[in-house]
Amino acid sequence: MELTAKQDLPVISDREAKRNGFRALYYKEVRDYFRSLKFIIVLVLVAVLGLTGVYGAFNGIQDAIGSSNSASYTLLSLFTEQGASWPSFVWFLMFLGPLVGMALGFDAINGERSRRTLSRLLAQPIHRDAVINGKFWAGVTVLAIMVFALGFFVIGFGIAALGLVPTLEQLLRIVIFLFFTVVYMALFLALAQLFSLLFRHMATSALMGIAVWLFLAIFLSLLAGVIANVLFPLPETTTAANLPNAINNYRCSQFIKRLSPSTLYSEAVVTVLNPNVRTLDLVSLSLQQQSSIMLITELPLGQSLLLVWPHLTGLIALAMVCFGVSYVVFMRQEIRAD
Amino acid sequence: MAEVILKTERLTKKYGRLIAVDRLNLEIAEGEVFGLLGPNGAGKTTTILMLLGLTEPSSGKATIYGRDCTRDPIGVKRIVGYLPDNVAFYNDMTGRENMRFIGEMNGIYGKAAEERIDMLLHRVGLQDVADKKVRAYSRGMRQRLGIADVLMKDPKVVILDEPTLGIDPEGVHELLVLIRELSEKDRRTVLISSHQLYQVQQICSRVGIFVSGRLVACGNIDSLREATREKDSVEIEYLARPDNAELEQMIRAIPGVDGVERERGLYVVRARQDVRDALVAATAEKGYSLRHLRRLGGDLDDIYRRYFEKGGAQ
Repeated sequence: MELTAKQDLPVISDREAKRNGFRALYYKEVRDYFRSLKFIIVLVLVAVLGLTGVYGAFNGIQDAIGSSNSASYTLLSLFTEQGASWPSFVWFLMFLGPLVGMALGFDAINGERSRRTLSRLLAQPIHRDAVINGKFWAGVTVLAIMVFALGFFVIGFGIAALGLVPTLEQLLRIVIFLFFTVVYMALFLALAQLFSLLFRHMATSALMGIAVWLFLAIFLSLLAGVIANVLFPLPETTTAANLPNAINNYRCSQFIKRLSPSTLYSEAVVTVLNPNVRTLDLVSLSLQQQSSIMLITELPLGQSLLLVWPHLTGLIALAMVCFGVSYVVFMRQEIRAD
Repeated sequence: MAEVILKTERLTKKYGRLIAVDRLNLEIAEGEVFGLLGPNGAGKTTTILMLLGLTEPSSGKATIYGRDCTRDPIGVKRIVGYLPDNVAFYNDMTGRENMRFIGEMNGIYGKAAEERIDMLLHRVGLQDVADKKVRAYSRGMRQRLGIADVLMKDPKVVILDEPTLGIDPEGVHELLVLIRELSEKDRRTVLISSHQLYQVQQICSRVGIFVSGRLVACGNIDSLREATREKDSVEIEYLARPDNAELEQMIRAIPGVDGVERERGLYVVRARQDVRDALVAATAEKGYSLRHLRRLGGDLDDIYRRYFEKGGAQ
């Protein structure tokens, strides 16, 4: 065996070197996710709870089939319809989405740090952002695979069990809904990565993640109602005189709720999955009340998308903010392991 | 002397008011094995991190093969291999997988990568455990895997941070042999940081002694030895048989001897110059048989201690 190590290694440009770093890390992270217990637990949790939601909807739809209004049900209802006492598939994704993102990302950087592998990683010819990017996109890939697999499973189930065949437009709506779900989870993945940079201990960043999740998913909407009632107290009955107050109350609470990505997500996917949703403002309430006397036609896909465009922009913008802060924090951080 | 390939100019790093590295000027020539020695917290690791562009210097600059370590860290890291102190690998991957990953990061794929991994693992003697998870490796094995890992990118310069820490003596020996080969067989430049002078001095062509962020001495071991010697004073340990009263008088009679003391059963002779030849001659002449003769102060440990004292006092 020749012991000298000098060999003719490929001569590569700096740009290639950077790409190599990203690619190597990306593939490694994807492999790691699929092998990790953490991911399997998350997958099982989302799949089992989500599918119970679908099952609830399935029962409701099956009961309704044959009755007069069965035509109003489509494959889309499987995702949005609630069971008798059980939330829908969409609700579960809304509720669990942050948890999924957090679970995949909370130990991204501090994990490398505590395993003391970060300095070895950064001694390679890569930029620090390649580490963040590689890990993020690996996480997004895994999320996308998980979400789309689950979504297509539900479609298949709907076709087989209910005989509901989707039109092309409905299929597109479902794909857009799944895309929204991936973006929603990816936002929390980015946030979790930021926590993994800010907190040296994995337990701290995991707890922070859970705290943020509970706050956004549950407490913010409770808080929104309270704040709105303090700012714009609601009278016992709504009269023409205090109607502006009632409108302000509603708008205020809506505004606060929309600070939470969970609200953005659920509004957006309900709009995308339900062509009957025509607006997301106050008017929608009155429309619902008058629906019995108005002829409501379904919105075409393009119009639905127009309604949720701000939501998508908002979700992506939030993710970008997390990213931007992550870059800055990581660039300034010491690499030393102790 | 060969071409200087690693150079720092007034390299300084401050953490708040603490000065971790203070105006370091260092030049390392191609093919050298340079030992950066000093106690813990002297600023060795900080210096290394600045050389790799992982920490930004407060002022001053460092270049390796003409590449600026702060402005072009990617360029530097492509030609510099770094083994961090307490190196760790992904425990749930095998040694081979860990190396493959580093290979990919450096653009080495496929058959070329596999051949290189085999060759390097064989070189560090880990070919039999290549496909075992790193979790099962001993500390010495990890350190050797670290050497193989560093060589994956075929670096021109190898930087090793405390490579011998926490390894048993035999492991240290094996490791040092490997490190020496990097310089002798591969013609790579090696920079070793350590606080264990004894272990690394046998393979270093030059050492720099680093105390509280300052380089207090730099040169080969012999020149350091010469520099630490106290001027106009030599201490010699001496013993001969039979050990009687006339022996001490004989020593005192030698020209240049200033004093004689007994310490741990030996005579310690203080003189103005090296009187060892005269001592040996006198011993033979008077019919004594020589048992022990050693000049003090040239010892590496003494050098080390003396510099640390100097550095601390400044």
